[in-house]
Amino acid sequence: MEIPYTVKPRPDTGVYNAKIGIWLFLASEIMLFGALFSSYIILRITAPEGTWLEGVLNVPIGFGNTLVLIASSVTVVMAWASLKLNNYKAFQRYMIFTVLCALTFLLVKSFEYNEKFHHYEVWTTDETDNRFTGHFDKEWLSEQKAAYKARVAEMDAQYQAALSEWSSSDKSTDAPREPDYPKITFFTLTTAEIRDLSSFLGFDSVIFEKEHKHAYKYAGMPEVDDHAHHDEAGHEGDESHAEGGHGHHETLTIPVGNIKRASAFIPSHSTFFAIYFTLTGLHALHVFLGACVLAYFVFCNRRMWKEDPDRLANRVEVGGLFWHFVDLVWIFLFPVLYLL
Amino acid sequence: MAHDSTQTSTADHAHGEHDHHHEQNFWQKYIFSTDHKVIGIQYGIVSLLFLFLGFILISCMRWQLAYPGQPLPILGNLINDLYGGADGIMTPEIYNMFGAMHGNIMVFLAIVPLGFAAFGNYVVPLQIGAPDMAFPRLNMASFWLFFVGAILIFGSMFIPGGPAQAGWTSYSPLASSVPTNGQAYWLVGLVILIASSLLGAVNFIATIIQLRAPGMTWMKMPFFCWAQFVTAFLLLLAFPPLQVAGIMQLFDIVFDTSFFLPTGLIIGGQPAEISGGGSPVLWQHLFWFLAHPEVYVLILPAVGMVSEIITNNTRRPLWGYKTLIYAVMTLGFLSFIVWAHHMYLTGMGTVISTFFQTTTMIISIPSVIILTCLFLTLWGGSMRINTPMLFALAFLPMFGIGGLTGLPLGFSYSDLYLHDTYYVIAHFHYIVAPGTIFAFFAGIYYWFPKATGRYMSDYWGRVHFWLSLVFMNLIFMPMFLQGLAGMHRRMYDGGVTYAGTATPEEGVVGILTKYVEMNQTISIAAWCLGLSQIPFIINFFYSITNGKKVESPNPWKATTLDWQTPTPPPHGNFDGPIEVFNGPYEYSAPGTDDDFLPQNVKPSKGGDTTSAPSTEPVPAK
Repeated sequence: MEIPYTVKPRPDTGVYNAKIGIWLFLASEIMLFGALFSSYIILRITAPEGTWLEGVLNVPIGFGNTLVLIASSVTVVMAWASLKLNNYKAFQRYMIFTVLCALTFLLVKSFEYNEKFHHYEVWTTDETDNRFTGHFDKEWLSEQKAAYKARVAEMDAQYQAALSEWSSSDKSTDAPREPDYPKITFFTLTTAEIRDLSSFLGFDSVIFEKEHKHAYKYAGMPEVDDHAHHDEAGHEGDESHAEGGHGHHETLTIPVGNIKRASAFIPSHSTFFAIYFTLTGLHALHVFLGACVLAYFVFCNRRMWKEDPDRLANRVEVGGLFWHFVDLVWIFLFPVLYLL
Repeated sequence: MAHDSTQTSTADHAHGEHDHHHEQNFWQKYIFSTDHKVIGIQYGIVSLLFLFLGFILISCMRWQLAYPGQPLPILGNLINDLYGGADGIMTPEIYNMFGAMHGNIMVFLAIVPLGFAAFGNYVVPLQIGAPDMAFPRLNMASFWLFFVGAILIFGSMFIPGGPAQAGWTSYSPLASSVPTNGQAYWLVGLVILIASSLLGAVNFIATIIQLRAPGMTWMKMPFFCWAQFVTAFLLLLAFPPLQVAGIMQLFDIVFDTSFFLPTGLIIGGQPAEISGGGSPVLWQHLFWFLAHPEVYVLILPAVGMVSEIITNNTRRPLWGYKTLIYAVMTLGFLSFIVWAHHMYLTGMGTVISTFFQTTTMIISIPSVIILTCLFLTLWGGSMRINTPMLFALAFLPMFGIGGLTGLPLGFSYSDLYLHDTYYVIAHFHYIVAPGTIFAFFAGIYYWFPKATGRYMSDYWGRVHFWLSLVFMNLIFMPMFLQGLAGMHRRMYDGGVTYAGTATPEEGVVGILTKYVEMNQTISIAAWCLGLSQIPFIINFFYSITNGKKVESPNPWKATTLDWQTPTPPPHGNFDGPIEVFNGPYEYSAPGTDDDFLPQNVKPSKGGDTTSAPSTEPVPAK
């Protein structure tokens, strides 16, 4: 049994099977991303005042990544054309360049993500709706982390000692209870984790590097002039110019009791970051899987090139179609998320 | 044959021609098979099993509705062990779990895979004269993804905390605030199921476009294949938005995002620790954008099967074959722009309501065309009554009742009253239970001889039919009355709490007692319906090995290509090259010796018998 039209096109439809398959798959992908873009629109236009962030993403980096993807889209076509021109060496070069572009894109994206995971916004109660962004003081944070680890290790050791003592005894008493400490990873701190940590380690205020100037704003909110209430704030401020490029920072000591909410720029920060991470995450997943498939074509299909070159060319064409789609999604994502 | 020469197969391409007679072991032949017939049967077995499990769940709920607060017989202790509670009494949480799981299992794990995947996989390649599906290995992947998703969804019934409890629609914020991981299991399972149905849909469309036998032009294709073709497009385009919605609700649960959670949400008397700013109505839009086309995914394969069986047994061509095709395409298109008629109560505004009300009324036109064509096919036919025909005939009025009672739900005024009452339950179930499921029974009795080479017993088939018909109507007809009396569909005690407060003298302030008492009638009918399936189950298994053998590969004297193969069809389906000359329903054609002319038999000279001449080019082999 042979399934017809796997390589040669069917005369009356003019395509081979996989080409129909990939176009149908892309139609479904359009509905997938279409639904997410629609959700973005609905979330944005129905967002309550002061909850939608604007201009928070790094435009030059995003633009660079756009160029990387566009370049890869060009080379994937060149790779297919090289196969059609019977030039396997050129195919390899172009395809490897395409895969490298994909990896570059993912690497840059992961740096962008990581930067967001450590960039905090804090809402405090000491003034009416006071909110500012910045980072926890690095030194202070690593001190707390070390203190936490030491405390936890100590409690664990005590528990293990008590446990071995108990298990060698006649077990008439109750087994020692497992130590009860908050499980904190320090990857990004949530409000609840900060409160838990403060009662666990016994500190009552956090040290926070407040960004002096807002580079971004919340839709519908007047831009905060930080200079105006800098003096009124009453915090012990000391201006530092240490971190180059970031401009002015102001070191604040914020009592834990005054923290209404603190969140890094992670999905639960706001609906903007939720949809940002979902859209770009799903897109990055497509980039990753597409790159795997393209890498498979160039590294594992050498035998097919000798035995059935038309078939390999078809594969690359189908994979290329998918790659163009992934590229196209980013071309919509970049202006929607970074520029608008 | 272990090999399939798909676009994506690699190593064994070079010696593809030689392994034709390669011996397959048990695993390759029956478990990880790429043969569309085996995959169809796998889908069929799994989805029939889920049909049964879904019925068990609703049987338990019907006990609670008929005899609220009394210990559940047989399964009482089991549900207490699993979910808590005592004395075999069904707690409100258990009732909610069972309600949500009944809907999920029936829609996503039983009816859709049975109609689209099981019958479609088995019959469509045979009917278009193809050796297999276009992508056999994707077909296998599709089944196994379905299986994994199904295990996740059904398996969530056994995790601590129990399964999802927020109804099959899983409206946020309720769905993300119930204290169980079951909701997350359901969402992950759903995302996997959608990936499976995506692969299936791509495969069906590619197969129908690319693998039609020479001469099988579009207007010579059996109507069942047309119905499956449109269904595949619905699955392809309507499911991804639900996949997105599922991912977003999963993020709401796992990453504490607020996609569907509004600002100021209070859960259990406490302000929720979330950012807020989300939109609960967004979930409903995304959900119903899938779930309305989904209704047509449930019904179109059934309509296709019924038309095959009715034409075959009336021995005359399908009335309005082309009209039916255009109607089903219109139906498919319109089903994408009616979804918000499920959401009149969300307060989306009169303008939007009016739009969706209008499109909803328009979509009833192709539905009525389909039903009319099928009724007209009966006109003047010399009908052959057998079990498949009985079920197919019963489908027509049942689907008619279900469809017509949907009109008041499509109008926003009347829907304001009827929304979320038992009227909705009755309407929907008339479409799906005595409608779609009857068509599936017809299909099972009809294609059983093709798959096994033996008939199912006609006598016990008739017993099964008449009992099912009576009890189906006894279940769902009273629900219309309950719904019109205002009984809410999600009441845990069946309305007892409100029953006593209303007497005719006081005016209607609650639910009249007699409507509450109908719960017992309905429940008894439901259990009897369950018992009526026993003849079917025994008949099914007994006939596989002991049924009466078929006299020929074409026992029903059918014209379509699925009956022009050996019985049961071998791997590769056809003995030799096959070519199509005639339209799909050449029954009682003039100029033939027998009263039917198979599609692949060249008509004798003289009479032009093609009912649907086409100008499409015939593809060369």
